[in-house]
Amino acid sequence: MAEDAATPMTTSTLILSGFGTNCEKETAYACRRAGRVATGGEVSVDIRHINALYNEGVALEDYGLLILIGGFLDGDDLGSGKACANRFRHRRLPSGGTFLDALERFIGAGRLVLGICNGFQVMVKLGLLPGLEGSSDHPPRVTLTTNANGRFEDRWVSLKADPASPCVFTRGIGRIELPVRHGEGRLLAGEAALVGGLLERHLAPLAYSLPEGGPTEAYPHNPNGSPRGIAALCNPAGTVLGMMPHPEAFNYYTNHPQWSRRPPPADAEAEDGEGLRLFRNAYAYLHGPCG
Amino acid sequence: MIHRLEVTIRAGQPDPAGQAVLERVRRFTRLPVEGVRTCAVYAFDEAALPEGALAVVGAGRSPGYVGTKEALRALATDLFTDPIVNACALDGESLARGDFDWYVEVGFRPGVTDNVGRTAGESLGYRLGAPLREGHQVHAATGYFLRGRLTREQVEGLAREWLANELIQQVLVLAPGEVAASRLAGTSGLFRLPRVELTAPVRVERIPLPAEPVALAALSQARLLALTAEELATIRAHFARPEVIAARATTGLGPEPTDVELEVLAQTWSEHCKHKIFNAEIAYTDEAGRREVVRSLFKTYIQGATARVRAALGADDWCLSVFTDNAGVVRFDGRWGFVFKVETHNSPSALDPYGGALTGIVGVNRDPFGTGRGAELLFNTDVFCFAPPFYEGPLPAGLLHPRRIYEGVRLGVEHGGNKSGVPTVNGSVTFDESYLGKPLVFCGTGGLLPLDLGGQPGWRKWVQPGDAIVMVGGRIGKDGIHGATFSSIELNEAAPVGAVQIGDPIVQKKMFDFLLVARDRGLYNAITDNGAGGLSSSVGEMAELCGGPGSAGGAVLRLDCAPLKYPGLLPWEIFVSESQERMTLAVPPAQVEALLALSRAMDVEASVLGAFNASGVLEARYGGEVVARLEMEFLHHGLPPMKLDARWSPPPRDAEARPPEPADLGAVLLRLLGRLDICSKESIVRRYDHEVQGASVVKPLVGAANDGPSDAAVLRPLLGSTRGIAIAHGLCPRYSAIDTYAMAANALDEAVRNAIAVGADPARIAGLDNFCWCDPLPSAGIPDSNPDAAHKLAQLVRAARAVHDVAIAYGVPLISGKDSMKNDYVSGGRRLSILPTLLCSVVGIVPDVRRALTMDAKAPGDLVYLVGETREELGASQYYRELGCPGGALPQVFPERARRWYAALGRCTAEGLLSAAHDCSDGGLAVALAEMAFAGGFGMELDLGPLAAREQLAPAALLFSESASRLVVTVRPEHAAAFERELAGLPCHRLGTVAAHDRLAIRSGATVWLDLPLARLKEAWQAPLREL
Repeated sequence: MAEDAATPMTTSTLILSGFGTNCEKETAYACRRAGRVATGGEVSVDIRHINALYNEGVALEDYGLLILIGGFLDGDDLGSGKACANRFRHRRLPSGGTFLDALERFIGAGRLVLGICNGFQVMVKLGLLPGLEGSSDHPPRVTLTTNANGRFEDRWVSLKADPASPCVFTRGIGRIELPVRHGEGRLLAGEAALVGGLLERHLAPLAYSLPEGGPTEAYPHNPNGSPRGIAALCNPAGTVLGMMPHPEAFNYYTNHPQWSRRPPPADAEAEDGEGLRLFRNAYAYLHGPCG
Repeated sequence: MIHRLEVTIRAGQPDPAGQAVLERVRRFTRLPVEGVRTCAVYAFDEAALPEGALAVVGAGRSPGYVGTKEALRALATDLFTDPIVNACALDGESLARGDFDWYVEVGFRPGVTDNVGRTAGESLGYRLGAPLREGHQVHAATGYFLRGRLTREQVEGLAREWLANELIQQVLVLAPGEVAASRLAGTSGLFRLPRVELTAPVRVERIPLPAEPVALAALSQARLLALTAEELATIRAHFARPEVIAARATTGLGPEPTDVELEVLAQTWSEHCKHKIFNAEIAYTDEAGRREVVRSLFKTYIQGATARVRAALGADDWCLSVFTDNAGVVRFDGRWGFVFKVETHNSPSALDPYGGALTGIVGVNRDPFGTGRGAELLFNTDVFCFAPPFYEGPLPAGLLHPRRIYEGVRLGVEHGGNKSGVPTVNGSVTFDESYLGKPLVFCGTGGLLPLDLGGQPGWRKWVQPGDAIVMVGGRIGKDGIHGATFSSIELNEAAPVGAVQIGDPIVQKKMFDFLLVARDRGLYNAITDNGAGGLSSSVGEMAELCGGPGSAGGAVLRLDCAPLKYPGLLPWEIFVSESQERMTLAVPPAQVEALLALSRAMDVEASVLGAFNASGVLEARYGGEVVARLEMEFLHHGLPPMKLDARWSPPPRDAEARPPEPADLGAVLLRLLGRLDICSKESIVRRYDHEVQGASVVKPLVGAANDGPSDAAVLRPLLGSTRGIAIAHGLCPRYSAIDTYAMAANALDEAVRNAIAVGADPARIAGLDNFCWCDPLPSAGIPDSNPDAAHKLAQLVRAARAVHDVAIAYGVPLISGKDSMKNDYVSGGRRLSILPTLLCSVVGIVPDVRRALTMDAKAPGDLVYLVGETREELGASQYYRELGCPGGALPQVFPERARRWYAALGRCTAEGLLSAAHDCSDGGLAVALAEMAFAGGFGMELDLGPLAAREQLAPAALLFSESASRLVVTVRPEHAAAFERELAGLPCHRLGTVAAHDRLAIRSGATVWLDLPLARLKEAWQAPLREL
C-alpha cells in the first residue's frame, strides 16, 4: 500500500458497527456532510457489520479512513472495549490473520483511523495508542479506566487543542466544545512519567479545559479526572486519533446546549456543528496531496 | 475441575465500585465496615474448554509450557485483565492472601441471564480458536473483600441487604483462611457453578376442571393462573361442548384441557394482556346517586376520543395506525411515520429494581420495533414514582428500601438505555410514600417507520396462510415464566422467582441490526415482540391476523423446535416463557432460506417453529403429538366482559382551613424548591445518554450552566432536515387524593403545555395514556382486603373521562396506551395501595427546530409574561403538602379556553417572538420564575401587585397556586408589541423584566414579597438529590 506523496489517498470511509456500537447513523452523516464541504464531492461511507470482517471479508486497503465509533461494544462486560479488543486480537479472519494485523498494516500505510469514545477504548486496549513502538504497543502502555467519580456522565466539555500536535484531525482548531458520554474515560499510564512524555511529544491533541482557560483536572470541566486534562491521544505520525468526546454529536448548531442563547447562524454553512471540523480536516488531508 | 479466575484491582488504584458500597453501608447501617475492595470472578468447568485448548495457549512459549495453571493465568491476563489497573489470581489465590476480614461473593442463581459470563465465554472461544463446549458457559460473579470487625451474621445481613438480591443471586461468605485455596477450586469445594439441572420428566398434564367455584379458585392460585373461578368455569363449559370434544378427539386430545392450553388461556386472558377492567361493563354511581353504565372505558373514552378528534381533523388527520398494533403511528413528514409506546414494568422492578427496570426499557424498545414491519428507534423516556429515598419508617416484610429501588431502577434504565444506543431524552421522578409497596417504572420508546417500504406502508403488517413462524433472538429458559399473570395479581411475600427476567441490550441490539436488514430486503410480512405471555401471545396475535379481515386465522406451532437455554423445559413453559430479546416473524415460504442465511451471517439465532394457517385453530405440537388445540374465536373472544360496580364518593371537603399567610414568602419558596418532586434530578439525567444519534435540539438540562430543568425534549430525527419532534409528559398523582378527574385533566394539560413550551405546533400533538391503578376489584379473600374497590373503580372512570374530555378539546388524538391495575402490596392482611396514577405522554411536531424554545431567561431587558388564569387552587399542591395542609380546591382545567392561548403561543413561536417559555406546574408561579432565572443566570424584577389585585389573590395563593394551563414566557422588547397583539383578549399579564443582576425580586408596588439571590435558590433546588 505504498503511497505516492503527490497523489491523494482515497476518501472512502469505513465505519464498523455491531456488537453494541451505536453512533453509526450520526457518524456517517458527519462524514458525508464534512466530506462534501472538504472535497466538493460525495465521499463514500460504508457501514459494515463487524461480523462481515469475519464472514465475508472486508478489503481494508480500499479505504482511506476507518472509524471505530462510540457505543457499548459487548456491553462493556469485561471492561470497556476489552471484549472487542480480544476479538480483534484473536479471532481469525478468512484470510488467516487477525483484524489487529490488518489494522497495523493500514496504519503503517499512513491511512487515517479515528476512534471515538468506545472506539478509543478499543484502540487503547489493543495498544494502538499512543503507538510509540510502531503501529501498536505490546503490552498497552496506557488505559482508559473508570471515571474518578465512578459515574457514567453525559455533559458538554470545553476542549483546548494543542497547536503543536501532529494530529491531522485537530489542525487549525484552537478550542472546541463537544459532549462526553462515558463512564470509563480517565487516562491511566503504566508508568507515571509517560503522561509528561506524551504531552512533550504533543500526542495529546485535546485537553479538557476551563471554559475560558487551560487544561484542568478538576470536575466537572474535566469529567473523568484524566491527568493534565487529556481527552485524546494520537500516534506520532498524527494519523491515528482516539478521543473520548463525540465530534459526530455536534453535527448541527442546535446540538450545542447553548444554541438558543446565541445569535442564529448567518448562513447554511454556518449551521454546521463544530464537531464536523475534525471530519473536514480528515477529508482535506486525504483529498489533498499528503504530507 | 472448576476454575475461578479472579480479576482484582491493583493496590493503590481506586476502586469506585468498592467505594460506593462503602459509602452506602456507612450511610445506611451502623456496621463498622472500614474498607471494601471488589474483584470480578469468572468461573467455569475445565471440561468447558475445547479439546487441547490449553496447549494452544502454551504454544509458542518456552518448551514445556503447558501447565494448566500457567495456561489459565496467561488466559486470564490476556483476556480479562487490564494490566495497568488489574492483577489476576487463580482458584482462590487472592483469598489465601488474607489481607481482609471477610470475603463475600455474589453470583447468579441457576438459569438467571448472565451477560458478563456469556461475553467472557466468547472471548475464551476466540482465544482458544473454538467455542466453549455445548452446554457449558462461563459464570461471572462479583467478589467483595471487606475490612472491619464484623460477625458472620452481620456480613450475611449486609450481603443480603446491600450487595445481593437473593431472588436472582446467591451469596457466599468466607473468612480468610477459612478454607485452603486448593479446596476452593475443587468441584466438591464451596464454589459450585450455578448450572440448571432439570430432572423432572418432560410431559404434558391433563387438568380436570372441578365444578366448585372454590376448587376452581384454588386451582388458579396453585398454578398461578390469575384467572377467576368464573373465567375457569367459562373454560370448563367450552371444553364440555360436544363439538369441541369431538374435534379434540380427532387430534388425540381428551376432553380436559392440557396444562399447555390452560396456561395459554391464562396468559391470553390475563389482565395484563386483555385489559379486562378497561374493557368491563361498569355501572358508575356518582355522589348524587345517579347511575350510568359505561361499556368499556377503553372503547368509550380512549378510542372514542381519538375517533372524535380524527373526525374533526378530517383531511388533516395525521393518525396512521392507532390501537391496532404494538404502538401507535402518526405521520411525521411525507416519508416517515412516527411510532410511540410507553409501558410499565412495576412488579418486576419491585422485586429486582435493576433487572426489572432494565428489562422495562429493552422490552418497550421491542414495541416500536414490533409495530408494522419494524421501526428504527429514536429515543427512550422514563418516568418513575418512588417512595422517598430518605424514608426512615417501617418497611413491610418482603419490600426493598426505596433507596435501593431508586438506585437499582436508575442503574437498570442507565444500562438498558445507554447500551441500546437509544437516547433517554425525557422523564421525571415523583415521590410519595404510597409507592413503597410498588414503585412505578414507566418506560417509553419512539421510532420512525418508512411510509413506503417495498411498495407498502411500513406501518402495515400482514400474515398469509403458509407463512412460516420464525422466532429470532435469544433462547427460551425458565426466566420470566408467568410474568403476565404475575403482574395481574397483587404483590405479596411469596412472589415467584421466575417472574423476573434480565434483558441484555447488546443481544437485542444485534437482533435489531439483523432485523432492519431483513426488513429492508422484504424477508418477512409481519413482526411482533415476545413480551408478556411469550410465544403464546406473539403467535396467538399473529395467527389472528392470518388471512386478513374475515379470515378465521390459525397456526400450527412446534414447541419442540424452539431453541432452549437448557434442556428439561416443559411444553407449557416453552409456550409462555418471557425470556428476553425475542421477536416472532411471519416469513413467506420463499424467503425462509434467505432469512436463515442472513441470521447466520449476522450471528443471530432464528428458528422455524411452524406455520400460520386459516384453520381457525391454534394448535401446538410437541414431539409429534398435539398438546394444545384452541379455537381462535374462543381464545380471543371467548372471555365475557366483566361487570363491575363503581361508586364515587368524594372525600369530605374540610371546612376551608386556609393556612395563615406566611410571614416569609422567600423561605417558603426555598423549601418548595428543595421538595423531592421539584428539586433537580441532574444526578439521574447526567447518567443517561441523552444525545446519542446526534439529533438532540432541546436537552433535559438547559440554560447558561446547562443545569436548568427543561420542560420537554426536542429532537431532529432526520439529520439534514430541520423538522423536529417534541417529547413531553404530565403526571400529578398528588391530586388523586381529592379527585382523579382533575388529576387526569391536569396530567394531560401539563403534557400538552410542556410540548408547547419547547415549540411544538399545538395542532400537531398526539398523546398516550398509561393508567397505573390500585386494584379496583374486590379481593376474593374473606374478609375482603379491598373494601373500597368500587371507589377505586369510580376514580378510574373519572380519570378516563377527563382524558377523553381534554383530548377532544385540544384535538389531541390518543394513539396508544397501557394500563396496569394491580399496584398494591398485601402483607399480613394489610394493603398498601399506590395513589391512582396517570402518566400522559405526548409527542408534538416542531415544524422547524430552529424555532424551538428553552426555558432559561436569555437576556436582561426581556419582558416576563404570565399566560393563563390563576385561581386559588392549592388543594394537594406542593405548597399545601409542604405545610401538611389538607383540603383546598384542585386546579380545574378549562381546555376550551386554554386552547385559544395555546394556539396563540404556537403562532408566536412560529414567528420567533418568544425568547423563553416555561411551564407553571408543581410549586406554581414562584417556582417557575425562580427556575427560569437561575437557569438563565439572570435576575428578575417583577411586580405582581396588579395581577394580585386583578385576580383577587393573596400573595401566597398567587405565587404557589398550581392553576392549570399557565406558562411563563419572556419576550425581547422589540417583539413585545407583536406578542401582545397575538395574545390580545386572552389572559396575558406582563410581570416585569429579566434583570442584569443576580436576584429574584418579586414585589407588589413598594412591598417586597421576596428578594433572594439566584445562588441560594439554585442551591436549594440542587442539593437534595445531588449525591444519589
